[in-house]
Amino acid sequence: MNVTIYEDKCVACGQCVAAAPDIFDQRDEDGIVVLLNANPPAEQEQDVREAAAVCPALAIVVEE
Amino acid sequence: MTAPDVPVSVLVVGASAAGLSTAESLRRKGYRGLLTILGAEDELPYDRPPLSKQMLSGAWEPERTQLRPAAALSELDAEFILGDAAVGLDTRASTVRTASGRTVGSDAIVIATGVRPRTLPGADEVAGVHVLRTLHDALALRAELLESDRLVVIGEGVLGAEIAATARTLGLDVTMVGPMAAPMIGPLGPAVATVLGELHTENGVHCRLGISVTGLTSDARGRVAGVCLDTGEELPADIVVVAIGATPATDWLDGSGLTLDNGVVCDSRCRAAEEIYAVGDVARFHHEQLGTLIRLENRTNATEQAAAVADNILCADRPYSPIPYFWTDQFDAKIQVHGTVPIGAEAEIVDGDPGARRFLTRYSLNGQVTGIVGWNMPKQTRLHRQEIVDAPALVVP
Repeated sequence: MNVTIYEDKCVACGQCVAAAPDIFDQRDEDGIVVLLNANPPAEQEQDVREAAAVCPALAIVVEE
Repeated sequence: MTAPDVPVSVLVVGASAAGLSTAESLRRKGYRGLLTILGAEDELPYDRPPLSKQMLSGAWEPERTQLRPAAALSELDAEFILGDAAVGLDTRASTVRTASGRTVGSDAIVIATGVRPRTLPGADEVAGVHVLRTLHDALALRAELLESDRLVVIGEGVLGAEIAATARTLGLDVTMVGPMAAPMIGPLGPAVATVLGELHTENGVHCRLGISVTGLTSDARGRVAGVCLDTGEELPADIVVVAIGATPATDWLDGSGLTLDNGVVCDSRCRAAEEIYAVGDVARFHHEQLGTLIRLENRTNATEQAAAVADNILCADRPYSPIPYFWTDQFDAKIQVHGTVPIGAEAEIVDGDPGARRFLTRYSLNGQVTGIVGWNMPKQTRLHRQEIVDAPALVVP
């Protein structure tokens, strides 16, 4: 799985962090998404798909 | 899925965020049956929050509002019927009739038809008066804003305030008029709404709040010339936006037998009737934690509720009890709200400093945390959300 984030679309709601806290975080100064691991391990994949699905700004793209 | 109760076909009526998210959720959760998405608008599904911000300001081209690229939509293995509004539902036959005369039958039906903007009586006869709901509306509004000098926004809620801010950054003279004392006082609570009003004023928006509009005046060519207030004044205007709220798009369901009361009334599983669900802005569902029917009009609910609807179509039988969340971006403020701000809730600043325009407010009612409002403190806002999760169930009588 390969994950790409689009910082310019991010609205800093943090829902991705709630869904997959090992893969996403937020920048301290403005809350914009930070990708911790672009190639998540297998056991995290479902959480990452969930994070991409709930992102209200469509800022996360997952390639399987 | 081979469980006997899973429908063999699902029809999603509405091709915006809630409708598309329902279809995506179904596929992601393993649904393999037939999937049809019916939309009234001609465009491929697009996102509405940018219409009052990046699209209106010109920062984004219209294509950027598209919810998914075409390739992702075709991967859904769904039939898209666009530009054809639903006009009737037959619950016994389980069919939806469309404006073009088509009849679409399906085992399960999901109603995701959203809301339509409320209009000012008599405004249709006057040119230069806009509402904003669709991409079409946003393009028309932007085109006229670029040719105008004086905008009056009627409405001080989230849409009115965002449009006022965007137009002001485009350089127009902007006045925001509304009956409440401060912008967005309902969703933000009085404490934070007051700061928002100050932000607008500091940026040059003329806030005429606590005032009602009694009518519009127009020139000899039928174009808007002014907005009449209950103070007796007339505000000159080249262009007007009416942002006074929205009503659920349920006219098409009259006579269907579904309970329609400020939306499609549903149980806590978002079910309106057997194998008929509602999702998004149109859905008025029973929230078990709050103990009442609520209808949420925001972007995150569309996707979150869609996941619950998909789960329940696939027989999970799980109640949908969200902690509502929405955000708004105006000037340099990024405001985020988790939970609710009931009337009478007490405000407490728990982090930051309003003077520095970076602060976090906790709202509580009867000692229980109901809402968290963050202003330019996104990370801390998300962390404080846990206080609402941990609060005992709040029952609204």
